Amino acid sequence: MHVDTDVAPVIEMRGITIQFPGVKALDTVDFTLRGGEVHCLMGENGAGKSTLIKALTGVYPIDGGSIVVAGQPRIFRTTADAQDAGISTVYQEVNLCTNLSVGENVMLGHEVRRGGGIDWRATHREAARHLQNLGVTLDTRSGLFSHSIAIQQLIAISRAMVTDSTVLILDEPTSSLDRSEVEQLFGVIRDLRDRGVAILFVTHFLDQVYEISDRITVLRNGALVGEYAATELPRNELIARMIGRELEDLTEISSSATRAIARGGAPVFSAEGIGKKGVLEPADIDVYAGEVVGIAGLLGSGRTELVRLMYGADRPDSGRVEVHGKAARITTPRHAIDHRIVFSSEDRRAEGIVGDLTVAENIVLGIQARRGWLRRVRRSEQDAVVAEYMTALGVRPADPDRPVRLLSGGNQQKVLLARWLATAPELIILDEPTRGIDVGAKADIQRKVAELSAKGLSVIFISSEIEEVIRLAQRITVMRDRRKIGELESAGLDVDDVIDFIAHEGQESVA
Amino acid sequence: MTDPQLTYRPARVGAVQWFVTFRSRHASWIPVFAALLILIAMFAGAQYYFGNFITPRLISTLLLDNAYLLILAVGMTFVILTGGIDLSVGSVMAFTGILSARMIGEGVPALVAVPVMIIGGALVGLLIGVLVQYFDVQPFIASLVGMFLARGLAFVVSLRSIKIEDPAILWLQSTRFKLGDWYITPTGIIALAVVIAGVLILQYTRFGRTIYAIGGNEQSARLMGLPVVRTKVLAYVISGICGGLAGLVLTAYQGAGYPLNGTGAELDTIAAVVIGGTLLTGGSGYVIGSMIGVLVYGTIATVIAFLGAEQSWKRIIVGSLLLIFVVVQRLIVARSSRRS
Amino acid sequence: MKRMLKHRVFWPVVALVALILVNTISRPSFLRITIQDGQLYGSLVEILRNSAPLMLVALGMTIVIATRGIDLSVGALMAVSGAVALTIIDASPNPEAPETLVLAVGAGVLVTLILGVWNGFLVSVLGIQPIIATLVLMLAGRGIALLITGGFITTVNSAPYKFMSQGYLFGLPFAFYVSMAAVVIVVLIQRRTALGVLTEAVGINPEASRLAGVRSRGIIWGAYAASGLLAGFAGILYSSNIMAADANAAGNLIELDAILAVVLGGTSLMGGKFTIAGTVIGVFTIQTLKSTIVFLGVPSPVSPVFMAAVVILVVAVQSRLVRDAATRLLRRIRSTGTKATTEVAS
Repeated sequence: MHVDTDVAPVIEMRGITIQFPGVKALDTVDFTLRGGEVHCLMGENGAGKSTLIKALTGVYPIDGGSIVVAGQPRIFRTTADAQDAGISTVYQEVNLCTNLSVGENVMLGHEVRRGGGIDWRATHREAARHLQNLGVTLDTRSGLFSHSIAIQQLIAISRAMVTDSTVLILDEPTSSLDRSEVEQLFGVIRDLRDRGVAILFVTHFLDQVYEISDRITVLRNGALVGEYAATELPRNELIARMIGRELEDLTEISSSATRAIARGGAPVFSAEGIGKKGVLEPADIDVYAGEVVGIAGLLGSGRTELVRLMYGADRPDSGRVEVHGKAARITTPRHAIDHRIVFSSEDRRAEGIVGDLTVAENIVLGIQARRGWLRRVRRSEQDAVVAEYMTALGVRPADPDRPVRLLSGGNQQKVLLARWLATAPELIILDEPTRGIDVGAKADIQRKVAELSAKGLSVIFISSEIEEVIRLAQRITVMRDRRKIGELESAGLDVDDVIDFIAHEGQESVA
Repeated sequence: MTDPQLTYRPARVGAVQWFVTFRSRHASWIPVFAALLILIAMFAGAQYYFGNFITPRLISTLLLDNAYLLILAVGMTFVILTGGIDLSVGSVMAFTGILSARMIGEGVPALVAVPVMIIGGALVGLLIGVLVQYFDVQPFIASLVGMFLARGLAFVVSLRSIKIEDPAILWLQSTRFKLGDWYITPTGIIALAVVIAGVLILQYTRFGRTIYAIGGNEQSARLMGLPVVRTKVLAYVISGICGGLAGLVLTAYQGAGYPLNGTGAELDTIAAVVIGGTLLTGGSGYVIGSMIGVLVYGTIATVIAFLGAEQSWKRIIVGSLLLIFVVVQRLIVARSSRRS
Repeated sequence: MKRMLKHRVFWPVVALVALILVNTISRPSFLRITIQDGQLYGSLVEILRNSAPLMLVALGMTIVIATRGIDLSVGALMAVSGAVALTIIDASPNPEAPETLVLAVGAGVLVTLILGVWNGFLVSVLGIQPIIATLVLMLAGRGIALLITGGFITTVNSAPYKFMSQGYLFGLPFAFYVSMAAVVIVVLIQRRTALGVLTEAVGINPEASRLAGVRSRGIIWGAYAASGLLAGFAGILYSSNIMAADANAAGNLIELDAILAVVLGGTSLMGGKFTIAGTVIGVFTIQTLKSTIVFLGVPSPVSPVFMAAVVILVVAVQSRLVRDAATRLLRRIRSTGTKATTEVAS
């Protein structure tokens, strides 16, 4: 669809800066959105996409810059302000109220009133009408909870239309949808675009970006990289702009992928048919001593789910697990730890660091948890371990008594790594260890992983950056749609090979 | 070009489909039905055991003896629906009661004293709401503060009970409107009126629907642009107003104000509301359910009186019933979240 | 100097000292201590003695709050332990014998320990909200206590029992030694073992702790059991003080006093890091406050108003709203003269 850049934009954000304690989430970012276009906002995790959207919807106040909507400068103090300006958002978690009916969710806050009270019949009629405008017909009196996420999303979108929104923001709407649901959603989006609505679309899925968007804006590490027409930006250039060019730092690690692994005896860990209903189809995975197995796949493909089941963070429904060839039962983290398997979660803040405790206490936590509450790790031992790992990983600032929440993301990740390495594990599972951290820390962590695996530590390693996976791993397990679709030897692969594999492996017809 | 119309027609037919639709549309009524069943079972059991249990006189008395609790339960329902809790209601009831008794005793006309009671209750509710919303205090701590404040103020007003001589107030309790063997007093009518008002507000006003939305998912409600802060504060104000009205009803019932009234009434109220099918996590429940919960509570007390047992059993039974309901609610929630 | 200012217990100590100062100014006799028959008397000594039950309850409450929980049943549990103990003494053929004392106290405390374990089960295994889980015993507990006493206020005349709360040892009230012993034991367990730091981890981030292999369930369960045990001892002291088991009055409203003591001492209600020293200061502060209220001639049923006012003051000062406003005020004072930047929504 041809977008006329002479038309006045609906949204103009200029010089937007947002600061959080310890991190600058957005640094003088400019963003423009025009009516009748689908605009994709792209960037890795931690690039600032979510933050930019929350600034536009009144969730976060901006520390610098200006927002102009339809020619009028605006300050959004609450979400209601943004909605009054005609901006509606459908979040990934579909922020509706599952305890209410479909119709009520559509009309909430705008119910039809008569004689001082709500006229439910008319309200449900209106709701049904709005849903039909998007091509959806269903029982508006049914509970929202009884419908799939895909339908709930459409309901959320029709809610946006109730208020005659001129701007519709969709934040990662397709993460939980299957192919046919995505088609359905795209149909609705195209329809709205043709009616003149400006649509801002955030997604990880490269194919979908090219399928639906007219223009693309790329962010990286809180800064604007550029704005492009989708037809003028080839895929590999998009990826390059998203991940940047820090390859020089990491050449020394590239030899990791080609290291020979002895796979003669029993693997350190193996899982056969491990799965959980509704979460992950039964999958097989194993790893040998000194090996790095990478797990690649798009967001939502089941990577984290797989490793959580392996670690016992979630209880598997099925599967046979063996450690060093002997059957083992791993249904809670404690079981895994007792088998010298450790896990670093992708959500550092919610599942990793214990914010108010000091760096030293966080590092020692793994050891302490294993020993139990009665046998306290002595001060002398704690000091020694903490000093060793803070130096080895380069934790900055080098103050063991600082509350860990005050550290930057990269250093927090190092503290977590220290916690796990201090327990002398045999297998370490890393879920997105380099996500949202600065280049220097990224390089440090990758270097450490390569070094330790060369010394015999087994590593399972998830990363959205396929580059990274290829660089470090000897084998790559590939996931798609909550299923393992195959395994690759990483020697000689490049990113496009893997992307191709993800896109086409196992499909009957090539799209 | 939009995809072909997506219609979601029911997959099954007949009675099964009716049940599935019913469950989807009215899932939150199911706990209420459970409560109703319990009430019916209790009545049936008592009738069988004692003989003349189900009489118009007993049922009329049931309503009137617990009229104050019914009013408190309506207010509490509003608060619990938003996911909060109000521990001050018993003390507010006592405070407003003794305050009005003293005012009337000193010559203030009932027409002035009654609105003052209601405003007094509303102010305590407002304080709690403000503490919760603007000072980040946890709801139950804020309401504990309200409870302490109101209880203390009750004793400030008077250290001992004050009899009411005002004919207008006494009329509220002594008059009986008879319908055959059934009867009701103005206090009972007030209680029923509060119930009806509660139903209408929750069902037919945007404010009421916002209450449900907040209880369902406060974050979503906020993102949807609903006035979350104002609504939560108002919920506590309503609970406070109900506290004031309950004070009026109880004072009329006893013919006196008593600063120690309602000790523990907040727990009885919460128990009644939970037993009546309102989820403590918020977002699901009905005023009608709370009314059934109050009737269950009253029936337990009546049965205990009939049995001649000590009243301390009442609290134990109510507490146990509350526990069972909470555990069952928790198991159902755990099972459905595991499924999703 | 700055380090002292930042020390967690600094402001609570300041508050307590200020309160004592105010008291002394209005009645100089406040600080006076007399010696009679080798025993110390005076307002300060009374505070030490009367604070014992609250100290025990507040210790348990601190640990429970650190796990992000709350225990509303402590008052009812106090009633239960008193009822059990006194019923045993009342029914015993040798009410003055030491064995009877041990049996009575042991049974009373054992019962509340079991009830605490029950609370812990509801919270840590069934996953029920702590408020609701402990609300059940708050509701039913006094009923149970009443049943044990048969509906009456049991009174006994045992001298050894009386000694616990009204007796003196080396000049100071025995009850004070009991409360201090409890403090020392709790501090030793929490800080000498890893229990303290693990409890804090569980309270600060339960999921991270679970993934790190911490036995969260056991820690939370233990916290409620400890609270039950301590409440049991508190109930013994209380009933020893009035030599009666009054199921309705025992521990009445002590829950808020305990929570207030914990908050005043600097432990956050949100859970996580906790300070026993702070709680101790908080308990003494509340007890002094109560003593002040009594001295002012305020009838004791009215005292909750003052408690409420103090809580409001404390939470208001600790709240984000006031802190933000104060920060803004300070910033404005500091930056007078510099160009004002456009202030966007806060």
